[in-house]
Formats: sequence, structure tokens, C-alpha cells
Amino acid sequence: MPASLLGGVQMTQMPIGAVPKKEEEKLKVMKRPNKNIIKDMKKNYSAYLFLLPKLILFTLFIAIPVVWAFFISFQKYKIFGSEFVGLDNYIEVFQSDAFRIALKNTLLFTIVTVPFGVISALVLASLIFELGKISQTLFRSAFYLPTVTSMVIIAMVWRWMYNYDFGLFNYVLGWFGAGPINWLGQSSTALWALIIMQCLIPFGVGIILYLASMGAISQSLYEAARMDGAGKFKQWLYITIPQLKPTTLYLVLLSTIGSFQVFTQIIMMTGGGPGNATETLVHLIYKTGFRDFEFGLAGAQSVVLFVIILIFSVIQFRVLRHDE
Amino acid sequence: MNKRPLDRFNKLIIFLLLSVFAVVSLLPLYWVFSTSLQLSSYQSQDMERPVSYVDSNPPKMYPMGIPLYFEHWGEARKAEKAGDATEEAYHRDMMNHIVSNTFGSFKTLFKKHDVGKWFFNSIYIAVVVTVGILLIDSMAGYVLAKKKFPGRNWIFWIIISTMMIPGQVTLIPLFIMIGNLGLMDTHWALILPDLSMVFGVFLMRQFMYSIPDELLEAAKIDGASEWRTFWTVVLPLAKPGLAALGIFTFMNVWNSFLWPIIVLNTAELYTLPVGLKTLQDANLASFKLLMSGAAVAAIPMIVVFILFQRYFVKGLTLGGVKE
Repeated sequence: MPASLLGGVQMTQMPIGAVPKKEEEKLKVMKRPNKNIIKDMKKNYSAYLFLLPKLILFTLFIAIPVVWAFFISFQKYKIFGSEFVGLDNYIEVFQSDAFRIALKNTLLFTIVTVPFGVISALVLASLIFELGKISQTLFRSAFYLPTVTSMVIIAMVWRWMYNYDFGLFNYVLGWFGAGPINWLGQSSTALWALIIMQCLIPFGVGIILYLASMGAISQSLYEAARMDGAGKFKQWLYITIPQLKPTTLYLVLLSTIGSFQVFTQIIMMTGGGPGNATETLVHLIYKTGFRDFEFGLAGAQSVVLFVIILIFSVIQFRVLRHDE
Repeated sequence: MNKRPLDRFNKLIIFLLLSVFAVVSLLPLYWVFSTSLQLSSYQSQDMERPVSYVDSNPPKMYPMGIPLYFEHWGEARKAEKAGDATEEAYHRDMMNHIVSNTFGSFKTLFKKHDVGKWFFNSIYIAVVVTVGILLIDSMAGYVLAKKKFPGRNWIFWIIISTMMIPGQVTLIPLFIMIGNLGLMDTHWALILPDLSMVFGVFLMRQFMYSIPDELLEAAKIDGASEWRTFWTVVLPLAKPGLAALGIFTFMNVWNSFLWPIIVLNTAELYTLPVGLKTLQDANLASFKLLMSGAAVAAIPMIVVFILFQRYFVKGLTLGGVKE
């Protein structure tokens, strides 16, 4: 399993939009009459040898499983072979309450945490950018450090901080004469507890990328604005933010995809409960596949997850690109 | 020019504001270490029964062993001067107790649980995958960037397009396949799929573009074989890219969780995250013990991060918006 696709570091989904144009040109150059292809291949046999290890691994552990995943989703998997059932699994997915609730929870989680994460990264990066070199490095590290820490560890300590009797949160609430709250133990607060947690983990990747992009904005733009009498805030609003748009688009896509795959916190802190108050799509897939061993159904669920992520990505791409 | 003092003042405000945010965001990590070193059993002469500062209300914000140790140390010195040997011995005993209790959970982890093994497994798998990825992906990235051969663009785009497919999609087929290959509950089940991650191909290809063609041609004219050119010319030039890719691979593998909990069943084979989960599931462990385990798992990544910070930034910006 490509760990990067599952884990906390959302590095894998690249904005490949920038590359195609260049590639297209090259593709044209590559197109030669057929008879030369064999000769070309022979001449460049060493290139294929260099590619071979990756190609073998890729074919075995990514390409075949991806194609296979679609086949599985149309089957009922049993110990003695499997049986083709058409769209049955998909029908079951859409009719089941469990999936609906998981989808609802995942959507709520995403809708709150993604904008919060991206906006707070923008604000933090803007503040950090105002400071000197040393302070910049200091804060960049401070905000990135939680990102390199495994989500397993973060989930464990937050579970401890949310502890009913001795947790930090109820202690702090006590200062204001409120609580104690059974954060993770009751269905009315459990999902929100996880959302709050996500919001308070700084979006380290976002901060670093924003800082890098801010450094690349041409100073002449700011000078022109200053001559027009624009203050710092106006400069930020009318120059910095529009100039950062590609970064914002990338970060929104990145964190949306990551957020749809939220899993580690769930299994470490609530197990989807109480009831199914914190059930999310990936946790449901995990449960269906590896607790109930309903491979076909879990396969259909994961294909649906893929399609949902794809749709969201396309919509965001369109929306954020179009109002340029 | 007389704007300067105000500018400084603004910067100070920003600095303080950011410090508050930084403290909030680092608090959970601090809490891991603080709890892992918290005194879990302490009884002084005037206490009826031992208290635990781990489960205390209000929570203790720092390991209580520190002030108590110095308290007993002072008392021991006083008793020594007064010539009271029993009193001195008592305080010396308490000091020893405080030290052994403070670090006790780490000892328990390594003695009673398999944390030492988990730690080793995590390190060894992360190193094997990282070295493998660096070699395999730089080879692939190199030819995809620098060689022209039929099918090159096809291969690249097929590989890259799978980056957009969430990993959960391949979970079940991969599980069946690993089972059929007889690799279930082995480290190969982790290493092989991790080695096929495609992000590195993309990153290395981007990086290899910056290597000047003249250097490659010069090597060719000198009669160097393709492999020799790659090994002695290309790889040294690609060092910054390799460093960035290496760090991210290491981090991803070190923190990887969903797949390992699916394929590993034997406690001896666990990686740290999987081990931590079973430790928490067992419900026997105190929060002090759990946080100690979390600390053991967190420390290597924190060290790697501090040592190689600039490569983290480089890797992110390379793979990100700017090419």
C-alpha cells in the first residue's frame, strides 16, 4: 500500500496540470513512422532496463490491483471462489444506512476542517512572512513539527487530553465553570471533538508552501500598490491573496483528498462510535473488508470513495480556476 | 523613516501572537513527553497513601518528579549536615524511587512489551524501503527525463495518473494478492507495496531535468557505460533531490498505519504504530505507559526533522506548486 496515499503526509497528489503542455510538444516529436520504432527500442534498450524495476513493482502492486479492484466490486467474494453479482454491491452501498452516515460524517469533517486549515495556514504564513529570517525558520519548524509526527501518536495524546476525568480539556473548561464534557463518549460531541482536533493541528505543508510562494511574488507589484497608497492590509487582500491562488487551489485539493481519507484518528480514538457517530468512509471500508470480510462490498465502497474524491477534485479545480 | 519604531512594535506583536499559536500547536507533543515522565506513584511521610500525578485533578503541567527530587535532595543535605543518618537515608531512597518511577514506564515498555523489536522493525523497514526507492526511482526518473525512447510518455502518464487514485482502492486486491503470494504477516507485505509508490518517479524526473545534457554527453564521449554515467555523474548531481525524496519516503513508511494493521498479526513483526495500537487496545496500559510508547515513536521523526529541516522544505516545494 502506498503509504503516502494513506498516511498523513499529503504529498502524493501533485498538480500535474503544469506539465502537460511541455509534454505534448515532446509527444509530437516522439511520433515517428512505425518501422523505426523497433530500431529505436533496440537502440535505447538500456533505458528500458533502467525503468524495469519500477515497472515490475508498479505493474504488480499498483496497476493490477487497481484494475482488479473494479472487478472485485462486481463480485460476491466467498471462501470457495467468487461469483459475479453485477451491480448488487453498489446497490447495497447506496441503500445502506451505514454508508450514508459515514458519507455524511466525512463530508461534515471535510467541509469544516479544509477551509479552516487552508485559511489558518494562509494567515499564519502571512504573519510569519513579516518577520526576520531566524524567526521565520523558528515558526516554520514549530508549525511543521506536528505534521511529521505520526497521526497514531497525535490521536493517542488527544484521546488522553479528551479524557473525561483527568483530561486537559475538561480541566480548562473547569476554569470557566463549564463541563466536564464526555468528549469522545457521547454521539453529540464525538465528531466535533475530532473536528476541533483536526483544526488545532497546524496545516504544516500549507504554511511551508504559502511561505515559499509568497517569497516568489514580485516586489514590483507591492511597490506599485504602495504608490497608489494601498496599506498593508489592502496589499495583502488585493495582491498577496490573488497571487497565491495556484497554491491555494493545490492546498484545497490536497487537504480535501486527505480529509476524505480520514482514518487513523477514528480507529485510534472512537472506533467509529459511539454507535456510528464518527464512522467515516475509510473506516467503514476497513470494517467491511477486514472485520466482516465482505470484499466485494468493501471494493464497491472504495470505488465510490474514489469517484467522490474525483468529483470533488474536478469541481474545486473548476471553481477555483474559473473566477480568475 | 520615523516609521521604524512602529514597524518594530508591529513585529513584536506578530511574534508574540505567533508564539501563542505555536505553543498551542506544540502542546499535544509536549503533553506526550510530560505524561511519559510523570510521577505515577509517590508517598511522602505525611501522606496516607501513595498518589499518582498522572491521574490527578487538576492535571500537573510538568513531571512532578523534578521539583520533588530537588526537595528531597535539599532535605537529604540538611539531614547530612545535622548528622541524622536515618533521615538522610530516607530522602536518598525517595530520590532513587522518583528517578526509577519517572523513567519506569520506558523500562517496562522495553522489558515487558516488544517495543524494542517494534522499534527495530520500523527502522529496518523504513531504511530498506528508502534505499530501494532512492535507487529505483532515480533510475526511472533519470531515463524518463533524459532519454528519448518509444513509449516514454505513455509510461510516464500511466504511472503518474495512478497518483490520483486513493490507496484504499487497492487495499482489497492487494490483500488477496499478498495472501496468494504467501506473504501475509511478513515484512515483505509492507516493503514490496511501499517500493512501488510512484511519487518518487515524479519527483526525480522533475529533478533530473535540471542536469545539463552536456555533462551526460561528455561522459558518453569518455566512453562511460550508461550505468557508469548514471552512477558517477547523475546521482551525485541529484543529491538534493535524493535527500528530499529520502526523507519523505522514510517519514511515510515510518508513520504508515492502515496497511500494516491489516497485514501484520504477529506481535514480534509489528512496526511501532501497530504496536502502539495494540498497546492501547489492551486497555491494561496506563496513560503514562501509552505516552511513553508514543514518545519512543515520536523521537526518531523529530530528530530526523531537526537534522534535515531544509530538505523537508525543499521536498515540499519541489513536489508542490513550483517546479
